[in-house]
Amino acid sequence: MADLSIDMRALVKRHGATLAVDHVSLKIRRGEFFSLLGPSGAGKTSLLRMLAGFETPDAGDILIDGQSMAGVPPNRRPVNLVFQSYALFPHMSVAENVAFGLQMKRVPRAEVAERVGATLELVRLSEKRDRMPGQLSGGEQQRVALARALINRPAVVLLDEPLAALDQQLRQQMQIELKAIQAQVGITFVCVTHHQEEALALSDRLAVMQQGRVMQVGRPEDLYERPENLFVARFVGVSNEVRGTLADVQAGEGSLLPNEVSLSRGIRVPVRAGLQSGIQVVMTVRPERIRVIPGHVTGADMNCLHGVVETMRYIGSEWQGVVRIGESVRWTIHASNATSGSRPVALGAPVSLQWNPGDGVVIPLT
Amino acid sequence: MNQSSFSVESAAGSRSRFAGFRLLVPGLLWTIVFCLLPMIVVLAVSFATRGTYGGVVWEFSLDNYRDLLHPLYGRIFGQSLLMAGMTTGLCLALGFPLAYYIARLPPRRQALWLVLIMIPFWTNFLVRTYAWIFILRTEGLLNTVLIQLHLISTPLDLLYSNQAVLLGLAYGYLPFMVLPLYAAIERVDPALIEAARDLYADRWSLFRRVLLPLTKPGMIAGCVLVFIPSLGAFLTPDLLGGARSMMVGNLIQHEYLVARDWPLGSALSLVLMLMVMGSLLWYFRAQAPQAGAGGGR
Repeated sequence: MADLSIDMRALVKRHGATLAVDHVSLKIRRGEFFSLLGPSGAGKTSLLRMLAGFETPDAGDILIDGQSMAGVPPNRRPVNLVFQSYALFPHMSVAENVAFGLQMKRVPRAEVAERVGATLELVRLSEKRDRMPGQLSGGEQQRVALARALINRPAVVLLDEPLAALDQQLRQQMQIELKAIQAQVGITFVCVTHHQEEALALSDRLAVMQQGRVMQVGRPEDLYERPENLFVARFVGVSNEVRGTLADVQAGEGSLLPNEVSLSRGIRVPVRAGLQSGIQVVMTVRPERIRVIPGHVTGADMNCLHGVVETMRYIGSEWQGVVRIGESVRWTIHASNATSGSRPVALGAPVSLQWNPGDGVVIPLT
Repeated sequence: MNQSSFSVESAAGSRSRFAGFRLLVPGLLWTIVFCLLPMIVVLAVSFATRGTYGGVVWEFSLDNYRDLLHPLYGRIFGQSLLMAGMTTGLCLALGFPLAYYIARLPPRRQALWLVLIMIPFWTNFLVRTYAWIFILRTEGLLNTVLIQLHLISTPLDLLYSNQAVLLGLAYGYLPFMVLPLYAAIERVDPALIEAARDLYADRWSLFRRVLLPLTKPGMIAGCVLVFIPSLGAFLTPDLLGGARSMMVGNLIQHEYLVARDWPLGSALSLVLMLMVMGSLLWYFRAQAPQAGAGGGR
């Protein structure tokens, strides 16, 4: 494939007795913003460090632009890393930091000066070119670190938790900026993050990792709307779940007979190919797909579960609460604050939770 | 309210200043008794005259300093400066890779290496220098091994040379270089080294552009700690250099203990001290601007 930027083939990395990276194969396209998402210890940083060349795989191979990276040291790889701590050289000015890579590659002085100017323009730091890193804010340091990588026009820019050190507001602003810069330069970005919202907002595609393995790869909407396993369902967004037995599977549809909740009829669910009646499954549905209706009512075309409001908290744009269904099932609900600031349903009140059968996702229990 | 709190603060300030002064007294006393008074004695003696049978005659004269203008003394001072400079350079060249290696080890291994480096200090310096005589002399360890291996047929003349003195001095003062260098390198964020490597730096560029500027204070400290004792050394040149090499330290020792010319010895000591102070001042002044620019961290 000509437009393949990175091809990881069955990578394995052991740290002592633990398998940090467990046979990971990933293909990343040229010009793509690709994220590795997972909790700490998922192996995503090990993967990134293997791409950069700071760690050597115990097995498998990495191809960048079709070239094997086996035995290639970090300073000979066509990749540049934006460090989590930024790792700006404290004794060099902004412009000197940005020029460093080109100077090491012995690019003529005039061209270095020109490209430093253009790159600082790109990250909007032209006025700060003579400042020392210690005199910059966190967001500015982040942009210098990015400029220091971009100026080399590498095949791939690697970003290690790029926005983790920034506060919430700056973080959102930098997300937009990062995405815009990436689109402008058209370089492949590979970003490691444990922040699911950030990964969804930034990425063209992403891989969710857990304990050294890739759990699912896809576009943000694939992962959020069609999680293939419970880990992805729970890690990417909030997952409201009910366990049960799958029944009446027919033409991509079926019904779920819940284990813990007694119902007059089954929950209607979409069923993907390969799943058969009689197996144990979990159905998951996102909070924002659920309509909360006071009182115990039934909807004609909608699935419906009855419960009692346990908690409600006001977060401004909406209400978020927990509804207990039956004895032990608890679901998170979001109620829009579009009409008024008053509490939509009272604590302890009976409510009906309704959702479209198509919004449920069935995941087989293994 | 603001005013009253201000006056309370300033009263507390003056009280603490007075208390601070009282706290200074022991240190001040110590400095006067053990540092300033002996220096004054040396200064006074350097302007006195030698008695016929040694001893000091309190007769003011500038003869001691006039004697120092003799080219012989100039040569010994020059030789000493050169020797101390070369020792410092050798210690830096040997000490930096070692300090870098130790600083990049896991913490427990670092402690082990630091102890290994300090172990020689538990033994007497004289004894350790004698050990070098056994290694370097004509029938010594090194010559024996080289002859056994048929690398040489006649023993090399290693002992009693300037090279032997240089080796002995570098051996003796290497830890003084390694320890401050280690402290400086250990403080450099490993991510900076990785960043340099990621940005295509080879080993030499990594050292010159990143490690050197960031560890300069440690290097200066190490150089000062090696240069000063090397300049005044007398034991090592005496044992390993024999009659062929004389440093200021030997000369001073000779004037005090053999020639019994205390006034000349005192004058020599003071000139040596001025030289050390002068070179330190020059060094710090030369480094000051860069040190200020690197203050971002």
